[in-house]
Amino acid sequence: MGNVLLVRNLNVDFMAPEGRIEAVRGVSFRVPQGKTVALVGESGSGKSVVSQSIMGILPKAGRISAGEIIFFDPDKPQSFVDVVKLKEPEIRKLRGGRISIIFQEPMTSLSPLHTIGDQISEAFLLHNTATRAEGIDATREMLNMVGFPNANQSVKTYPFELSGGLRQRAMIAMALICRPAILIADEPTTALDVTIQGQILQLMKDLQSQLQMAILLITHDLGVVANMADEIVVMYHGKVMEQGTLDHIFRQAEHPYLKALLKAVPRFGMSDDERLVPIREIKTEAGSLLKTRDPWPEGSATDAPLLSVRNLSKKFQIRKKSLFGGGDAGSVIAVDNVSFDVPLGTCVGLVGESGCGKTTTSKMIMRALMADNGEILFNNRGTAVDVLKLRGPELLNYRRRVQYIFQDPYSSLNPRMTVFDIISEPLVIHDVGDAEERMERVRELMTLVGLPVPYLRRYPHSFSGGQRQRIGIARALALQPDLLICDEPVSALDVSIQAQVLNLLKDLQQELGLTYLFISHNLAVIDYIADHIVVMCAGHVVESAPRENFFDNPVHPYTKALLSAVPDPNPDRRLDFRALREDQASNPKAWPAPYALNGSEPSHMVDLGDGHFVRAVGQNLAMEDMRA
Amino acid sequence: MFNYLVQRLLIMIPTLVVISFLVFVIIQLPPGDFLSNQLAELQSQGDSAATERIQFLRAEYGLDRSFLEQYVIWLGVWPGPDGFAGMLQGDMGHSFEFDLPVTAVVGDRIWLTVIVSFTTIIFTWLVSFPIGIYSATHQYSWGDHSLTFLGFLGLATPNFLLALVLLYLANVWFGTEIGGLMDDQYLDQGWSFGKFVSILEHLWVPVVVIGTSGTAGMIRRLRANLLDELQKQYVATGRAKGLGRFRLLMKYPLRMSLNPFIADIGNLLPQVISGAAIVSVVLSLPTTGPMLLQALESQDQFLAGSFLMGLALLTVIGMFLSDVALAFLDPRIRLGASGSR
Repeated sequence: MGNVLLVRNLNVDFMAPEGRIEAVRGVSFRVPQGKTVALVGESGSGKSVVSQSIMGILPKAGRISAGEIIFFDPDKPQSFVDVVKLKEPEIRKLRGGRISIIFQEPMTSLSPLHTIGDQISEAFLLHNTATRAEGIDATREMLNMVGFPNANQSVKTYPFELSGGLRQRAMIAMALICRPAILIADEPTTALDVTIQGQILQLMKDLQSQLQMAILLITHDLGVVANMADEIVVMYHGKVMEQGTLDHIFRQAEHPYLKALLKAVPRFGMSDDERLVPIREIKTEAGSLLKTRDPWPEGSATDAPLLSVRNLSKKFQIRKKSLFGGGDAGSVIAVDNVSFDVPLGTCVGLVGESGCGKTTTSKMIMRALMADNGEILFNNRGTAVDVLKLRGPELLNYRRRVQYIFQDPYSSLNPRMTVFDIISEPLVIHDVGDAEERMERVRELMTLVGLPVPYLRRYPHSFSGGQRQRIGIARALALQPDLLICDEPVSALDVSIQAQVLNLLKDLQQELGLTYLFISHNLAVIDYIADHIVVMCAGHVVESAPRENFFDNPVHPYTKALLSAVPDPNPDRRLDFRALREDQASNPKAWPAPYALNGSEPSHMVDLGDGHFVRAVGQNLAMEDMRA
Repeated sequence: MFNYLVQRLLIMIPTLVVISFLVFVIIQLPPGDFLSNQLAELQSQGDSAATERIQFLRAEYGLDRSFLEQYVIWLGVWPGPDGFAGMLQGDMGHSFEFDLPVTAVVGDRIWLTVIVSFTTIIFTWLVSFPIGIYSATHQYSWGDHSLTFLGFLGLATPNFLLALVLLYLANVWFGTEIGGLMDDQYLDQGWSFGKFVSILEHLWVPVVVIGTSGTAGMIRRLRANLLDELQKQYVATGRAKGLGRFRLLMKYPLRMSLNPFIADIGNLLPQVISGAAIVSVVLSLPTTGPMLLQALESQDQFLAGSFLMGLALLTVIGMFLSDVALAFLDPRIRLGASGSR
């Protein structure tokens, strides 16, 4: 079978105020007909620039300085075109018609002001002589093909009325409506939940075999690569490091960069003492000030959990639609009767898809949100404190004990404050020490997170995402808290940086005796860092187990679905796409008995022994059956 | 959607009531009223009968009553000297200064004002949209820089100065008479073709003068909005679909950047009546702006009150119209979704 795309010695320059930047240097690869080629690399490696060059949609500052991109249209055998040399009207015929692209962020890739029917049929009408009605018919057919539940009505919906998964399906429908010869998928599932990711990947595979098209998959997720790709091209700093078939890359990786990349990704089944090896290791050191902590009073109860959440509930009112009466438009139960413990000195992982209530729970623990019902007990040096009833100085004191690390390292640091101001602000607020002592502490914090002390006078914009996240960690540690709540601290970071930050968090826990509540949707990350795992779905805790039990013997159908949807960076353990087929994994009503929650019968946590609990409905359930 | 419209209409009623009260309070705030000023003036001229005449007028227009009573009479929910005769009955009251009913005083001027203002708005939009779009799509080009420079020049030049310069030039080049909206021969005449042409001849100066400052601001805003939108991912999607540049620009980013301008309609409507008072004074335009100024100065309370209420009504209606237009154009507002996510 021939090639569809041949990229030869591609060079792309960007004109920046500081001069010419060579974003892509001498990249060559091919995409065979009907196959999937994965372009792998960290952010900044130039992989997206390659895709933009192929589409001819480089930003204004970008310019192809050398090389050719040759497109062999399977519909026109014996002929080819060099995309680089094509002028506007001709290249427009290729774009969207023969070469299509889907992007990472399905919400912003679609216009919010136009119906998806309008936007999808537009692509069809641009490349076919057809009437508007024919365009809408083709759109319906395409929406059916990508698995829209109600394709006929869906043409009239707006993107914001759809879930993230459906938006990405609409995007795929738009890209494929003209039956292109090659689809470029630029991080197509990075912004999606893991179960949705599985469905989208499966959809892409199905459509690929139906339409006989090639896929150029751009991603940094080696798990996705192992499940999708036939051939792999690894990029680093604008150059191709290594390329080959899937087997070759995963089994006999030669290039040190690729080997390092494979070692930096957390994966299932790592042994307890195995550490991730970041591509760039950072050196950290805990100073004396931070190591000396106020000791707990003699004889205080250290065996009681540090944090104990009981029957916590939170309901959000949907804003009233009418000013004159009309009543509530409804309410959403974000957190429903959630209970769990965080033992002292451990790391509890809170897992779930977006919208499951995990962040709401953490905000209630922080007292950033008030709970409707329930109790949060915090073990403050041996005295149990009811967090939800704290007021004034007691609340302030509690805030010293519990700190938060945010997901987005970009928006969580004030761009107008220097790093010193950012890290010392908690000390100022809580009136800790004098100026000299604060300076000393901030210096120690910087070395603790492996950042050079002279950087203190810089502003956040001069740091990379991973460095910013370390600044956020330093800020959270400034008050020497007992409990750190980490809300998806690595999900916005590149794989290589992820390993750095995860290792840092692990080391800090050891050295400073911290307790973590670690929130994540990434099960491999949770597996790496957590001792005990709590799974949430639709506001409920559905399963809670120590790490070994959780991964060896998951019981709840939702947990099983989650686990089966995680793509493993191992070609021998591909996803079972058929298991992901139905969209019902996160719908509590659709779970099989005795797990189905219909709201009328009370459910409770069934004890399976060894600290393993699972939510079920009904009494006298046979534990042995459930374990099996 | 229908319910939403009804609600928006109903909420206008309490809003207007509150505004009317505030307007009345503000008018009454300065000590004295038009009649007491008049009295002082007449007495200083040695008019002995003045006191009685003013007393009579005072009773005639209910100015001798308490503040609240005057207010409800003005509203038309309380019987005054002539029974129920307030705004609700369509009676705007009496202008002391002109000694005419307010409606008669304002009459023709309203229409001339509307003509001037609407032409100005259309002029502003016609000039600023193409320039704004050009500036955004050719950011940092020579064209962008020079148009921006011109725009700032327009923004920085005081309107009345520009008005004087243009009036001089119009007189020197075209022989148009200085000031006014028409040749003197058509004043107080019925509408005729000649009068119409005369108005057109005079109209362009105030339109350009009042328009330039608005144009510059609008170009800057449109350019900024459009530049933001052009960065967005859906523009890349459109290009990747194979859309031509112009069609893409018109259908997606331009449409997105329109929202602030539609929201602005609410502010435009009151400007139609009150706008550019100073320019109107300089150009001695027979519009309502200078009249409002005069009425406020001389405490001609019913005339000023009617003006201010008219402005309030237009503001409220303008807001309503822009809300309806926004809901119509933007499905996110119509269907009540939370913006960007």
